[in-house]
Amino acid sequence: MKYLDEFRNPEVAARLLEEIRRVITRPWAIMEVCGGQTHSIIRNGIDQLLPPEIELIHGPGCPVCVTPLEIIDKALAIAARPEVTFCSFGDMLRVPGSNSDLFQVKSSGGDVRIVYSPLDAVRLAQQRPDREVVFFGIGFETTAPANAMAVVQAERLGLTNFSMLVSHVLVPPAISAIMESPRNRVQAFLAAGHVCSVMGTWQYGPLVERYGVPIVVTGFEPLDILEGIRRAVTQLEAGRAELENAYPRAVRPEGNQPAQAVLEQVFEVTDRTWRGIGMIPQSGWRLRERYRRFDAEARFEVGHINTAESPLCRSGEVLQGLLKPNQCPAFGKQCTPRTPLGATMVSSEGACAAYYQYGRFIPAGDVEVAR
Amino acid sequence: MCLGIPGRVIAISDVDGVRMGKVDFDGIVKDVCLSYLPDIQVGDYTIVHVGFAITQLDEQSAKETLALFHELGMLEEELRQDDEEATA
Repeated sequence: MKYLDEFRNPEVAARLLEEIRRVITRPWAIMEVCGGQTHSIIRNGIDQLLPPEIELIHGPGCPVCVTPLEIIDKALAIAARPEVTFCSFGDMLRVPGSNSDLFQVKSSGGDVRIVYSPLDAVRLAQQRPDREVVFFGIGFETTAPANAMAVVQAERLGLTNFSMLVSHVLVPPAISAIMESPRNRVQAFLAAGHVCSVMGTWQYGPLVERYGVPIVVTGFEPLDILEGIRRAVTQLEAGRAELENAYPRAVRPEGNQPAQAVLEQVFEVTDRTWRGIGMIPQSGWRLRERYRRFDAEARFEVGHINTAESPLCRSGEVLQGLLKPNQCPAFGKQCTPRTPLGATMVSSEGACAAYYQYGRFIPAGDVEVAR
Repeated sequence: MCLGIPGRVIAISDVDGVRMGKVDFDGIVKDVCLSYLPDIQVGDYTIVHVGFAITQLDEQSAKETLALFHELGMLEEELRQDDEEATA
């Protein structure tokens, strides 16, 4: 859907685009943090409708993509144990570990289940006291409240056969890491709307001040994204750096406080490695001491694991906005959604999967974006 | 999964001490945890993520979003994926 008249409200879209064209005088690089936004942008051809001065850089906001290989390998080791029923969101099953993936574990006889909600895994643990039920707790701030509630509920029910392999990541430290990278080109951010529905917008003000970068909280519909871009460009052209909320129908400044309270109760901040990016200090959550008995890593003693990434996969550069998916030599050749080399091609929110699904096979340029 | 589909709360109950509800996504009804929206009532609209209601939405915004998701085939895509996941 790359033609304006295919938008549900083409008049509004045309007006937003006209306003963007009116104010823009020079090139700007804007990062949409969330993979859901990336998919909306590519699906609706928003990048092709924008004036050529605007480059959208796809951010690291896909939880499946950034879950570190070591954690995937630990998940595979735990899921292969005969006493374990391993529960996960569907996207994780085809994410390649060093030598295998969860689908292969399942087809080799492992009890691997896809669940819609972490509470489904808790219910399973209730129903099957003879099994060790392990939930793969990944995700950003949007997903974490659900996973935290699963732990609280397991405690409330007195379950001793439920545990969680936790690999949560946080958006604000990722924005800091991007801004502090010597290779950074991002000049404004579209912040992930639903992360802010949970956490509010208060964490973003200090980032705007520290880095002098505009941050616009943005929704997921085509018009939301155009409005987010319009506001970001307007700020950039005026030399302003402010925090703006362009998604007020779903985001309040204080966020969802009951969710934040449970997150605070269950998790504490820790350093976290991001697949393809590396360690970002204080960028994740782990279970607090009080809930450590629900930690699958400790329960199953999957200590040190030697990992091995595909040498052909360049998803780390894609995740950092240094390479567009269709500039990777393996894209659409050795690497497809059926035979993914990296997580960005597997996940429904991955940038490579979006480019493949919507037919973006023509390389965006011969020169890599920022090398 | 981060798109977050808006739905209308049609029933609220207590399951094992957790505030749960039935939420109608344009004809498809799912069980959703309402613990994080203690004030939400039957008839209100919410955005749901991995089986949890995370924020309340006014009716007009919710209906507009639902209509767009429906038009683009995204509603069916998201919910079918959920169904496949839940039954796989």
